Amino acid sequence: MGEVRFGQAINLALDESLKNDPSVVVFGEDIARPGGPFGVTRGLLEKYGELRVRDTPISEATIVSAAVGAAMSGLKPVVEIMFMDFITIAMDGLVNQAAKARFMFGGQCSVPMVLRTPHGGGVNAGPQHSQCLEAWFAHVPGLKVVIPSNSGDAYGLLKAAIADPDPVIFVENKALYAVKGQMDDDAPALEIGKAHIARPGADVTVVSYGAAVNTALRAADTLAQSGIELEVIDLRSIQPWDEATVLASLSRTHRLIVLHEAVTAFGVGAEIAARMADVGFDELDAPIVRVGAPFMPVPFAASLEPQYLPDADDLIAAVHKVLA
Amino acid sequence: MTSNSRERLLGLFERMLLVRECELKLAELFSDGEVPGFIHLSVGQEAVAIGVMDALNDSDTIASNHRGHGHAIAKGVDLDSFFLEVMGKEEGICGGRGGSMHVADMSVGMLGANGIVGAGIPLAVGSALAHQVQQNNNIAVAFFGDGALAEGVLHESFNIASLWKLPILFVCENNGWSEFSPTSLQFVAEVRDLGKAFKIPFRQVDGNNITAVADASDEIVSDMRKNGGPRVLECMTKRVHGHYEGDQQKYRDADELASLGDYDPIMLCEGELRKMKAADKDITAIRNRIENRVSAAADVGRAGTLPSFDRLLSDVYTPVQEA
Repeated sequence: MGEVRFGQAINLALDESLKNDPSVVVFGEDIARPGGPFGVTRGLLEKYGELRVRDTPISEATIVSAAVGAAMSGLKPVVEIMFMDFITIAMDGLVNQAAKARFMFGGQCSVPMVLRTPHGGGVNAGPQHSQCLEAWFAHVPGLKVVIPSNSGDAYGLLKAAIADPDPVIFVENKALYAVKGQMDDDAPALEIGKAHIARPGADVTVVSYGAAVNTALRAADTLAQSGIELEVIDLRSIQPWDEATVLASLSRTHRLIVLHEAVTAFGVGAEIAARMADVGFDELDAPIVRVGAPFMPVPFAASLEPQYLPDADDLIAAVHKVLA
Repeated sequence: MTSNSRERLLGLFERMLLVRECELKLAELFSDGEVPGFIHLSVGQEAVAIGVMDALNDSDTIASNHRGHGHAIAKGVDLDSFFLEVMGKEEGICGGRGGSMHVADMSVGMLGANGIVGAGIPLAVGSALAHQVQQNNNIAVAFFGDGALAEGVLHESFNIASLWKLPILFVCENNGWSEFSPTSLQFVAEVRDLGKAFKIPFRQVDGNNITAVADASDEIVSDMRKNGGPRVLECMTKRVHGHYEGDQQKYRDADELASLGDYDPIMLCEGELRKMKAADKDITAIRNRIENRVSAAADVGRAGTLPSFDRLLSDVYTPVQEA
C-alpha cells in the first residue's frame, strides 16, 4: 500500500475491523461526527452507521465501563479516551472491572475490548494533556498494553488488539499521528508480546517502544558515523513484553539501555532493568542505564518542553556511559 | 382472587423464601467461620430481586452490587454452585476466585455482583448497548442501592442511556442507608427528580410488596420491549441486617430496628396468601421444600474442595488456544 500516516493506518485498521466483524463497535468523545480530535476516526460513521460508531458525552468513566459491559455481552468495543491523562477518570472500569472479570469469575468470560488513547508530549499541550501513563496499566494483571512506533505496526497491532480476547490499552503517541511510514495492508496481524529488532547492531542494546523508538534510530544513525552500532529493539507491547528477544540481544551486545518518554522513576525501564539484572546478570559488561523524562509533570512552555523530553542526545550520552 | 393469581403469588413467595433462607444459612455459616471475608445480606429486600426478575427472560442481563445474593439466586444461578462459591470452593461458579461480592454466571445473564459501589450501573449500560446493537430485544437491568446515587457514574449512565435510548432498567433499591450513614445525610436529590432531569420514565413502588414490584416490573419490561428506551424503578425497602454481617448497627435507632418486622416482604406476602385462602399445607410444604434445598446446598458447599493455586495464572489472560 506504500506510505501512510500513522493516524491513517489506525483508521484503516478500524475500518477493516468494522467491515469484517459485525460485533466491533467504536465509541468515544467526538469520534463519530467530528471524526476524532486528531481525525483518526474520520469517515467511519458514514460507512458503518450510528448504531456501531458513536459519539459519547464527556463521561470517561462510563465510556470505559460500558465497553466492559458490552464486551461481556457479545460485542468487541473499541473505545477512545481523547488524551491518556483523562484515563484517570476511568480507572475503575479498567482496573477493577476489565482486568479482573476473567479471573474473578473463574474464566467464565473474557473482556475483548480495546481502549485507544494518545500519550506523549511535543505539542505543548501542558501537564494534563501530555503524560505517558502506560506503566500504571502494565502493573495491573489482566490488562495488555500495546504501543506502536510506526504506521505499519500501528495497523498490524491494532488489528491484533481488536482480535485479542482480553482488554488491550492501545497507546498512540500523538506526535506520530502525522508521520508517514510504510504500511502493507496485506500483512498478517502482528503478535502482541513479540518485539521487533528495528535496527541490528553489535555494541549496545537499546530497548524502547512507541515514538521513542524513532529517537533511538536517529541516535543510532549519528553514532554509526563514529563506528558505534546500536541494536534498537522496538518492544511493540510492554504488557506482555518480549523478555526473550531482549535477553538474546543483551547476550550479543552485553550492554543495555532502556529508553522511553515516560518519567524514568518506577517506569517500564525499571522493570526491564530489574529483570535483565536477574536473568541476564552474567551477560552484562556495564550497568543498565535508563533514559526517560525527569521526575516532574510535563511543562508547557515551548522553551521548556524540549528540555523535558528525552532526546537523541540524552541517549547518546547514555551510550557513551555504558561504553566507558 | 383467581387461582392463577394465588398460584403466581405462591411461586413468588417460594422464591423470596429461597433467597431469605439462603442468606440466613450464609449468616450461620459465616459466624461458624465457614464463609471467609465479608458478606452483605439483603434480608428484608427480597421482593425487589424476585419481583423484578419475574419479569425477565433468561437472555436478559443484569449487573448487581455487593448486596447481590438475591439477584444471583433470582436470576437462576445454580444453588450448589452459589454456596460453593461463597464458601470459597473449587467447584464454585467462579472457582472460588470471587466469593460473595463477585458471584457471576454468564450462562444466565448474571454479569456479576460488584465490590465497587455503583460500578455495575455502567456495566449494565454497556450490556444494554450490546442488546441494542445486536437487536435481540433483550434488556439489561442495573441493580443498585440508594448509596450509589451519589456516585458519578450513575448520573453519566442515566444520561447516556437516555441519549441512546438504551434498553436498560435502572432499579434503585432504596433502603435508606448508605453503608453506615442515612442517605438523607448523603444525597440531596430524589430519584424521581433524577428520572425527570434525564427524561427517563420513572416509577416508584413499595419494595416490600412483592405483588407491587412484580406487577410494576411486568408492565415496565413489556413496555420497554415494545417501545424501547430506559426506565427507572425505585423500590422503597428496608435493610434488616447491617451493612455487612457482623455490623452491630449501633448507628440506627432502636425504634427503627424494632419496626422492621412490620415491613418484612415475606410475612406480608404470607398474609396476602392467607387472605387469598392459600392452604396451610401448601405454605408448610413450601417452607419444608426450601429448608431442604438450602440445607442440601450448604452441605454441598461444605463438601467442596479447596481451590488449587496452580491453576490461577491460567485465568489472568485468556489462554492462547482459546483465542
